[in-house]
Amino acid sequence: MKVKMLSRNPDNYVRETKLDLQRVPRNYDPTLHPFEVPREYVRALNATKLERVFAKPFLGSLDGHRDGVNCLAKHPKSLATVLSGACDGEVRIWNLTKRKCIRTIQAHEGFVRGICTRFCGTSFFTVGDDKTVKQWKMDGPGYGEEEEPLHTILGKTVYTGIDHHWKEAVFATCGQQVDIWDEQRTSPVCSMTWGFDSISSVKFNPIETFLLGSCASDRNIVLYDMRQATPLKKVILDMRTNTICWNPMEAFIFTAANEDYNLYTFDMRALDTPVMVHMDHVSAVLDVDYSPTGKEFVSASFDKSVRIFPVDKSRSREVYHTKRMQHVICVKWTSDSKYIMCGSDEMNIRLWKANASEKLGVLTSREKAAKDYNQKLKEKFQHHPHIKGIACHCHLPKSIYSQIQEQRIMKEARRRKEVNRLKHSKPGSVSVVSEKKKHIVAVVK
Amino acid sequence: MSRPRRTDFRPKNANIAKKSRISRKRQLPKKPRERRNLEPQRSVSGAQDPFPGPAPVPVEVARKFRRIDKSKKLPHSKSKTRSRLEVAEAEEEEISIKAARSELLLAEEPGFLEGEDGEDTAKIRQADIVEAVDIASAAKHFDLNLRQFGPYRLNYSPTGRHLAFGGRRGHVATLDWVTKRLMCEINVMEAVRDIRFLHSEALLAVAQNRWLHIYDNQGIELHCIRRCDRVTRLEFLPFHFLLATASETGFLTYLDVSVGKIMAALNARAGRLDVMTKNPYNAVIHLGHSNGTVSLWSPAMKEPLAKILCHRGGVRAVAVDSTGTYMATSGLDHQLKIFDLRGTFQPLGARTLPQGAGHLAFSQRGLLAAGMGDVVNIWAGQGKASPPSLEQPYLTHRLSGHVHGLHFCPFEDVLGVGHNGGITSMLVPGAAEPNFDGLESNPYRSQKQRQEWEVKALLEKVPAELICLDPRALAEVDVISLEQEKKERIERLGYDPEAKAPFQPKPKQKGRSSTASLVKRKRKVMDEEHRDKVRQSLEQQPQKQEKKAKPLRARPSALDRFVR
Repeated sequence: MKVKMLSRNPDNYVRETKLDLQRVPRNYDPTLHPFEVPREYVRALNATKLERVFAKPFLGSLDGHRDGVNCLAKHPKSLATVLSGACDGEVRIWNLTKRKCIRTIQAHEGFVRGICTRFCGTSFFTVGDDKTVKQWKMDGPGYGEEEEPLHTILGKTVYTGIDHHWKEAVFATCGQQVDIWDEQRTSPVCSMTWGFDSISSVKFNPIETFLLGSCASDRNIVLYDMRQATPLKKVILDMRTNTICWNPMEAFIFTAANEDYNLYTFDMRALDTPVMVHMDHVSAVLDVDYSPTGKEFVSASFDKSVRIFPVDKSRSREVYHTKRMQHVICVKWTSDSKYIMCGSDEMNIRLWKANASEKLGVLTSREKAAKDYNQKLKEKFQHHPHIKGIACHCHLPKSIYSQIQEQRIMKEARRRKEVNRLKHSKPGSVSVVSEKKKHIVAVVK
Repeated sequence: MSRPRRTDFRPKNANIAKKSRISRKRQLPKKPRERRNLEPQRSVSGAQDPFPGPAPVPVEVARKFRRIDKSKKLPHSKSKTRSRLEVAEAEEEEISIKAARSELLLAEEPGFLEGEDGEDTAKIRQADIVEAVDIASAAKHFDLNLRQFGPYRLNYSPTGRHLAFGGRRGHVATLDWVTKRLMCEINVMEAVRDIRFLHSEALLAVAQNRWLHIYDNQGIELHCIRRCDRVTRLEFLPFHFLLATASETGFLTYLDVSVGKIMAALNARAGRLDVMTKNPYNAVIHLGHSNGTVSLWSPAMKEPLAKILCHRGGVRAVAVDSTGTYMATSGLDHQLKIFDLRGTFQPLGARTLPQGAGHLAFSQRGLLAAGMGDVVNIWAGQGKASPPSLEQPYLTHRLSGHVHGLHFCPFEDVLGVGHNGGITSMLVPGAAEPNFDGLESNPYRSQKQRQEWEVKALLEKVPAELICLDPRALAEVDVISLEQEKKERIERLGYDPEAKAPFQPKPKQKGRSSTASLVKRKRKVMDEEHRDKVRQSLEQQPQKQEKKAKPLRARPSALDRFVR
C-alpha cells in the first residue's frame, strides 16, 4: 500500500526567534474564505461609520481683516500663500502654514472688487471701487521703502472684476464692458461688449487660453475670443450668474454660480442644455472654484455654507458650515486639491480640508493600503440603504434645514401642478421640458 | 531582448532632397506582438529560451477563482452599463489567472492512501497505516480509554489544535491534542449532552442536563444560560458569533456570544429536536425530524427556509460538506443518501447500510464518515469538488464501543471519534485541506496573533439578519426595489424620463428637407420599430404555447381537474 499523511514541519510555520516576523502563509481559495460578500459589507459599513467619526474638516481661520473679505486669489507657485481683498480696500497676504498675515496693503479706497495673480507669481493686480487697476510686487517692500504699487491705471468707470491670462502678459477687466489690457499699456488693447448692462466677473480659460467667459447683469453668460476680439456666443438664463469657473482638466466645460440657488455646468460647444444642474443650496450661490483634478468643485453661497459637488452629480457630497461663519462671499480650492479656503462676511478666512476625514501628513504603506481598501469598499457598497444613509448623513444648521423643507414643499407644489396640467390636457399640447432645459431662456450666437 | 534594429541603408552624407513627410511613411511591422513570439529570443550568449511566452495557466484552477456566473443572461442595458460590465469581466479574468498562478506557492500536498494490485483500501487497518507513516503522523493516532464516565462527545477547535470532549456522566476536558498537554479537566456533576468550542479555544459551551453552560478553557464556569434549557445539540456559526442550540422542547435558539443576547428563539413545531448540523457555506441550520424531513432554518425567519423530504422513516443524522454543495443524511430506513444542496435538492446517490448510521461527518476535502454502531466507515470522492461515491468505503475501523460523536480535525488528516469507551483519534490520509490561510485559522498562531485575529473577527461579525440560502445575495441588484422605484418615479414626474424620445428627423440641405421627405423618414423609423415589436411578440407566443401544452401530455385522468 502507498500511504502519505499530511504532516507539516513546524519549523516552516513558526518563527525562529522573537525578533523575526511571524510567518503567515496565504491560500486564496474561496472555499477557505466563506461569507465574502457579507463580511465585506460589514467592513464597508464600519469604514463608512469611521469616515463620519473622523470627519473633522475645519483646520483654522485667518483673522485680521477689518471688513468682510470680498475676494481671494491663489499664488501660482507657492501653495502656502494666499491673497485676500476686503471691503475696506485692504489687501492681505497670508502664509497658510503659519496661519499668519505676512503683509498688509491699503490698496484701494472702497471695496477691493477683484484680485488676481500673474502667472509667474512675481506680481498681482487689484481693482477697486476707486476706478483704478493697480499692480503690486509679490515680495514685500525692502527696508525703508514704502508700499507702492508697481503700476496704477486710472479708468473712467468702476471695474468690477479682473483676471489674468494663464500664459501671456495680458489681463482682462470687466465693468461696463470687458477690456483686454496689455501690461505695458495704460489703455485697453480692445473692448468687447454685447448688450447694455454691467458685467460682474470675467475668467480666462486655463487650457484654451484665448477664451474668456463673463457674467452680466442681464442674466447672460457671454464667451469671448481674444484673438478675434469679438464675443462668440451667449446663453441667457432665468436669473443672474454671479461667477463662472472653467474646468482645469476639460477645456470646454465651465460652471456658473447662479442667483436661483443652482449651479450650471455647461459645455461651451452646446450651450442650449447644461451638462448638469447642481441643486443643493438654499440661497444665492456667490462663488465657485474647481479642484485641480477637475472632478469636483466647491461653491460658496449666501446661505452660510460651502458645498463640494462632484462634476457629474447634481447633489453635493459635502457641506461645511460653522456657527460663526456668515455669508460666504468667495471660495478657493488650493492647488494641491487638499484644502478649501473661504472668505466670508465676518472678516474671517477659513481653511477646511477637502476630504473631511482624510489623515494629513505622510502615511505609512500599511495605512495607505488600508485607506485604499476602505475607499474601494465604500464605493462598492455605496448603494445599500444603510450605508447610503450613513454616508449622506450630515448635520445642517437649523436655518438651512428649515429652508430645505420649505423649498421642498414649494417644489412639490409646482411639480404637482405641472403633472396635473400634463394629465388633463390634450396629449401633445403641453410639452414636457426636462429640468435641465427649464432654466435656459435662449442661446444667441 | 530587443528586436533586431533596422539598419539605415541610405548613406548619411548624401545630398538627397527631403521628400515630404506624408509619402515617406516608416514601414512598421503590422503585428509587433506576434512577431516577437515567433522569433526565438536570443540573448548575448546565444542561448534560447526553451519555454517562450508566458507560463501556461491550469484552466480548472483559474475557474475556481471566478465569481461571475457567465451562464446568467443579462437583461438589455444601456451601452455605458454594458461597457462597464465588459471591463469588469475582463478584470476578473485577469485576476483569476493571477490567483491561479499564485497556487504555485502553496507548500503542502494532501495526503493519500492507495492500495497496490487492486487491494481494497477498506481492508487496511489503522495499525498498518501507523507503521507505514512517519513518527509525527503516527503520534496523531491515539486511544483514550475512559470507560468510567460514559459515552463521549467531542469537538475540535476551529484551528484544529485543541480538542474538547465531554462524557455523559459529567467529565469535561480540553487539551492540546498535538502536544497532549491537558488544559483543563473537570466534572460538571451533571449529564453532558453536547460540547462545542466557541470562536477560539478559550471558550467552551457545554449543554448540560438542565441548562447551557459556558466555561473557560481552564475549567472556570463563566455563564449559565437558563433560557436555553434541555439542550440536546449545539452548533457554533463562527462568522456570525452565533451559538445555535436545539432542545428537547422543540425550540431552536440562537445566542450571540459576542454580545450575550438571544437573537432568535424559533419554534420548530416538530417535537423533540435531536438531529442538527450547520451548513458552513451559508450558516443555515439543518434540523432532522422524525417524519423523514430535513428543515433549513435561518434566525431571520420564523418559518423554515426549506423542507426536504429525505427518508421514509425518521432522520437520524445529517451532515453538510464545507462548500455547502452536498448534504448527507441517514435515516431509520437504513439508507444513506447524498443530496445536492445548490440547485435541485435532489438525491445524487443512495446506499443501504446493514445498520443505520447514527452519526455523519464531512471532512474539509469532501470525505464522508459514518458511525454505525461500533464501526466507522469513510467514503471518498474523486476530488474536492465531487460527491463521495458510496460504492466502496475508503477506510473502516472498529472501535471498542458504540460511536457517539464524530468530528474531522480541521487541518490534520485525523478523525476524532467519541464512543462508549472513550476517545479514539483515527488516521485518515487525504481528509484535510493541506494549505491553511494564516489570516483565517492558523494552527501555529501565537497568543498575540490570536488576540489580533479575535478583534478583527469581532469587527467583521456578520449580523444574523443576513443569513439566507445564498450568501452572495447582498452583491446582487435588488431588481424588485429598482423596478418599484422606477414606477414611482414615472408616477411622480408624470412621464418616463428614460423612454426613448420620438424620432425627430434632422433638417438636411439641398431640398431633402421638404415636408414629404420628413414624413417619409419618420414613417420608415416607425415601421422598423413596429416590425421589431411584432417579431418579439411572435417569439414570446410559442413560449407561452409550450407552457400551456405541457400538462396535457399524459393520458387524461379524473384527477386532471385538480392540476393547476
